[in-house]
Amino acid sequence: MMKVLVPVKRVIDYNVKVRVKADGSGVDLANVKMSMNPFDEIAIEQAIRLKEAGQADEVIAVSIGVKQNQETLRTALAMGADRAILVVATDDVHTDIEPLAVAKILKAVIDEEQPGIVLAGKQAIDNDMNATGQMLAALTGWSQATFASELSIDGDSAIVTREVDGGLQSIKVSMPTIVTVDLRLNEPRYASLPNIMKAKKKPMDEKTTADYGVDTTPRLNIEATSEPETRAAGIKVASVDELVEKLKEAGAV
Amino acid sequence: MNVLLLAEVNGGALSVDSTAKALTAAKRIGDVTILCVGNGCSDAANAAAKLDGVSKVLCAQDEAYGHDMAEPVSDLIVSLSSSYSHILAPSTSASKNILPRVAALLDVMIISEVTAVIDADTFERPIYAGNAIQTLKSVDTIKVATIRTSTFDASGEGGSASVERIDAVANPGLSEWIEDRVAASDRPELTSAGVVVSGGRGVGSEDDFKIIEALADKLGAAVGASRAAVDSGYAPNDWQVGQTGKVVAPDLYVAVGISGAIQHLAGMKDSKIIVAINKDEEAPIFQVADFGLVADLFDAVPQLTEKLG
Ligand SMILES: Cc1cc2nc3c(=O)[nH]c(=O)nc-3n(C[C@H](O)[C@H](O)[C@H](O)COP(=O)(O)OP(=O)(O)OC[C@H]3O[C@@H](n4cnc5c(N)ncnc54)[C@H](O)[C@@H]3O)c2cc1C
Ligand SMILES: Nc1ncnc2c1ncn2[C@@H]1O[C@H](COP(=O)(O)O)[C@@H](O)[C@H]1O
Repeated sequence: MMKVLVPVKRVIDYNVKVRVKADGSGVDLANVKMSMNPFDEIAIEQAIRLKEAGQADEVIAVSIGVKQNQETLRTALAMGADRAILVVATDDVHTDIEPLAVAKILKAVIDEEQPGIVLAGKQAIDNDMNATGQMLAALTGWSQATFASELSIDGDSAIVTREVDGGLQSIKVSMPTIVTVDLRLNEPRYASLPNIMKAKKKPMDEKTTADYGVDTTPRLNIEATSEPETRAAGIKVASVDELVEKLKEAGAV
Repeated sequence: MNVLLLAEVNGGALSVDSTAKALTAAKRIGDVTILCVGNGCSDAANAAAKLDGVSKVLCAQDEAYGHDMAEPVSDLIVSLSSSYSHILAPSTSASKNILPRVAALLDVMIISEVTAVIDADTFERPIYAGNAIQTLKSVDTIKVATIRTSTFDASGEGGSASVERIDAVANPGLSEWIEDRVAASDRPELTSAGVVVSGGRGVGSEDDFKIIEALADKLGAAVGASRAAVDSGYAPNDWQVGQTGKVVAPDLYVAVGISGAIQHLAGMKDSKIIVAINKDEEAPIFQVADFGLVADLFDAVPQLTEKLG
């Protein structure tokens, strides 16, 4: 039986409209709703399903960032993870720990916990990096299967269907492996009220980056954060005929 | 500055559009060597050698390189890395899989989806679904980055670079390709098409997506979709446009039955002209549309297809 490790990131909720701070120093995260990265909910769901199918015996959620990531980990526990590890890396909610540093910390957690598989999200919807799982695979020397929409584990290998530019690709990877999950892998469950109550009693370890000896100094210094260009306001047309006319005028058809 | 640019090679052929766009970004940094990797890459390498401004083309041919598997291709790139200050690739599902692995093997950060090259160390990239743009200065010794092709013009042809065969490196044997399930299509490729017609949840079924496809075919367009349309099974996954799908910037983008969630806008709001057809006049898609038509798509789209005849 194996352990499943699921890294979960606390990010601005996907419904919130992001605002760039007027002084260009970043994005305003004060008093905005934060949630678990949606891809990580899919990863937790898949981990729980592996356990329910008798292919795993323990699901461990890990989050790296500020102390408030406890809430994200409680959500993972309420969904069904067995225990959680919080790695406090900063006390500033505006500091994003880079994927390379996150991967180094996760590598250290893997060395301690020896999971058989890591299920990460394909992409964090705040920094849109799409990198941590691949970087972790490099550091561990394990196989990687990114953008997974189907996963089946059979002994010492896993078959993964991946969402790629041309359609779908199936690959076989040797275990242990790092899988990053895509939108179509599953539909995550909601935590029920009794499970939210139970989650409060599940174990949550608190660590710091120093415990793992990882330097999180950024490699990419943020020089500025700016608003994207806005589009000039358009018009409403009253009919298909008018639309065709406007498109012809604009030389678009 | 010496730049190694990983070409996009599919089935032995060069994907000219994406490679030539990334080349434009690479040339701003320095002298460019293109790396073609495949199970048979001489056609791709010869095509890459003709691109304007390429100094040299490396061609690594091996069975292990046939399907862009991350582990062997990463090891190959790392074996070449000491000669380069930058390792770049057009941002595709293949490079997004491979380059972060390369970066971590080199103990450097990946710079994903670069939209502007300010100088050899400084880059712009969108974050938060394109709602903010970050300017980043890298302190790493080697810069590893994927280039968002929709924001760069393609380099032309006219080059005559030399092609050099290089040996494969040992395959770590961690993964095996099984199959690709790729639908053949006569339509233009989504990320390079001049016109894109996309359908959303409002289209209602896989069958009704034919209305969208008919308009696309009339316009010589590629077909796109929202996440909701893909999740509902109306459209295949590779049609998804958005923050976590494909990013497009055609001359004309027609959004049909799509509400305009920020995650969708992230993939199309840099299109030159945006048309929205939606029956809800409050739909946020109208805020980015140059021409908005409040109408039932089942009436408007067939009419439009006919009138464009
Ligand atoms: C992590 C994450 C990643 C995501 N990534 C993406 C992404 O990459 N791309 C993406 O698109 N979305 C993405 N989404 C989803 C996004 O948030 C929206 O849910 C999605 O874009 C909505 O799709 P839609 O506009 O087709 O559906 P809806 O929002 O349901 O809109 C349907 C529209 O159709 C209109 N309509 C209905 N019937 C008709 C009719 N007969 N005639 C005309 N109009 C009609 C309605 O008025 C409505 O505006 C992501 C979400 C998350 C959480
Ligand atoms: N700070 C973090 N804490 C825990 N997991 C993370 C963190 N950052 C990234 N991840 C994981 O890596 C995935 C991809 O993130 P990214 O590479 O930043 O796009 C996320 O979906 C998470 O599974």
